[in-house]
Amino acid sequence: MEKAVDKTIITVVGKDTVGIIAKVCTYLADHHINVLDISQTIIQGFFNMMMIVDLNTSQKPFAECAKELEELGGKIGVTIKCQREEIFDMMHRI
Amino acid sequence: MINIWEVHETNKMIEHENLDVRTITIGVSLLDCIDSDLKTLNDKIYKKITSTAKDLVKVGEEIEREFGIPIVNKRISVTPIALIGGAACKTPDDFATIAATMDAAAKEVGVNLIGGYSALVSKGMTRADEMLIRSIPDALCGTERVCSSVNLASTKTGINMDAVKLMGEILLGVAEKSRERDSVDCMKLVVFCNAPDDNPFMAGAFHGVTEADAVIHVGVSGPGVVKTALEKVRGENFETLCETIKKTAFKVTRVGQLVAREASRRLQIPFGIVDLSLAPTPAIGDSVADILREIGLEYAGAPGTTAALALLNDQVKKGGVMASSYVGGLSGAFIPVSEDQGMIDAVKANAITLEKLEAMTCVCSVGLDMIAIPGDTKASTISGIIADEMALGMVNQKTTAARLIPVIGKGVGDTVEFGGLFGYAPIMPVNPYSCEAFINRGGRIPAPIHSFKN
Repeated sequence: MEKAVDKTIITVVGKDTVGIIAKVCTYLADHHINVLDISQTIIQGFFNMMMIVDLNTSQKPFAECAKELEELGGKIGVTIKCQREEIFDMMHRI
Repeated sequence: MINIWEVHETNKMIEHENLDVRTITIGVSLLDCIDSDLKTLNDKIYKKITSTAKDLVKVGEEIEREFGIPIVNKRISVTPIALIGGAACKTPDDFATIAATMDAAAKEVGVNLIGGYSALVSKGMTRADEMLIRSIPDALCGTERVCSSVNLASTKTGINMDAVKLMGEILLGVAEKSRERDSVDCMKLVVFCNAPDDNPFMAGAFHGVTEADAVIHVGVSGPGVVKTALEKVRGENFETLCETIKKTAFKVTRVGQLVAREASRRLQIPFGIVDLSLAPTPAIGDSVADILREIGLEYAGAPGTTAALALLNDQVKKGGVMASSYVGGLSGAFIPVSEDQGMIDAVKANAITLEKLEAMTCVCSVGLDMIAIPGDTKASTISGIIADEMALGMVNQKTTAARLIPVIGKGVGDTVEFGGLFGYAPIMPVNPYSCEAFINRGGRIPAPIHSFKN
């Protein structure tokens, strides 16, 4: 069975612009956070990206990463949210 | 693996449709605090509550942050105080000191409400029960966060009409004591028939004697999510309608189950139940009445409302039970007036009356909730309204409740502000004819024939 623990979903929503993915990925690389999956699309005219990442190897705790990513989003002009994967698993999988 | 559309759907529910966990409530047993000395009793109660619930708010906030789901309230319920204070309290004033202790403990741990200033008197009142009931006006008006409930009836025992009569007077007492603030303290008092032991919602939460030492209950919400889902199936038949509600309720409840499990693990307190209730707030798009309108009624209260609500309530449960291992509490759609913008609109349009609300309580949880009535309503009339509601619960073997707010100095046409999640309410007319002779008979109404199942 797939191990479900400690996967985190990062969502990035906002106006499309150059370098959003690069900036987010740079942050993740700098903090030793491994990206497991990325998908990106445009929903109702807005840039939407979802990343599944593994925070186990991160040097910082969840709350700190979440806060820093949120601040990074503020700088780029997009909303960045970190949530543990279980909330989506619970809602969409039986 | 989870895909982007599923993530988008969940976050849309949270950000745009007011999906939240309405409350994490820790039930705390105070049975081991009982003492014959009042001061010792109060000390023990304070210590037990503040030590058991010390991390509740912190853990609640952690879960909110990590899962990205708002948890609106963190609350505490305790063993009915009439049972706990009986040995120490000689007067109603003695009981009121326990309310002050509960209030102080709630403030210390940072919860916004604490329930359990309660008495269970469905068959008869002990001296302690009666003293606690008589202390309710002082207890509620002298504290900020304490909630009180009294169980007046059950299917097994019938209706304690002496207590029903007394509660009419007590409710007016609370209204009178908080008259400068539009009698708002009445919203912290509710009377029940068949009160559940594990209800996480206020004002009626208390920690029943059948429960463990401490236990976590979670109340979910999400009328906005159901309403939005139904917008997509306008004009479709009842099968599609019911399927849609059921699926949505499943998703909403799963979030509650997750939060309950996490809270239980982190606080190391056993998980009790998830309460599957559609609990509205005055926020736009967070209304049960709006769901009824989406189902096809011009206003809540129009002919067909009871049927629509019955259907809604049933589908919420059917979707919800599949989503959680333990379901309990009140579990159903709430139809408070002041806390639901759609319901307030219905009252303003004269689409709904007290009598129609009463009919609606036959098919949903919980009862006549957050209804402002004229301040000059007689105590016996209030008791009559309560007795009707108790009879519905008793005969239908379900929980019913009444939370009425007689607003002293105001009448039909006036509006009363409760503030925050409690909203505001236009004062509703009450049937002017008397039931005094009925209420004054005294004694109790026997249990109905279908309660004899042994």
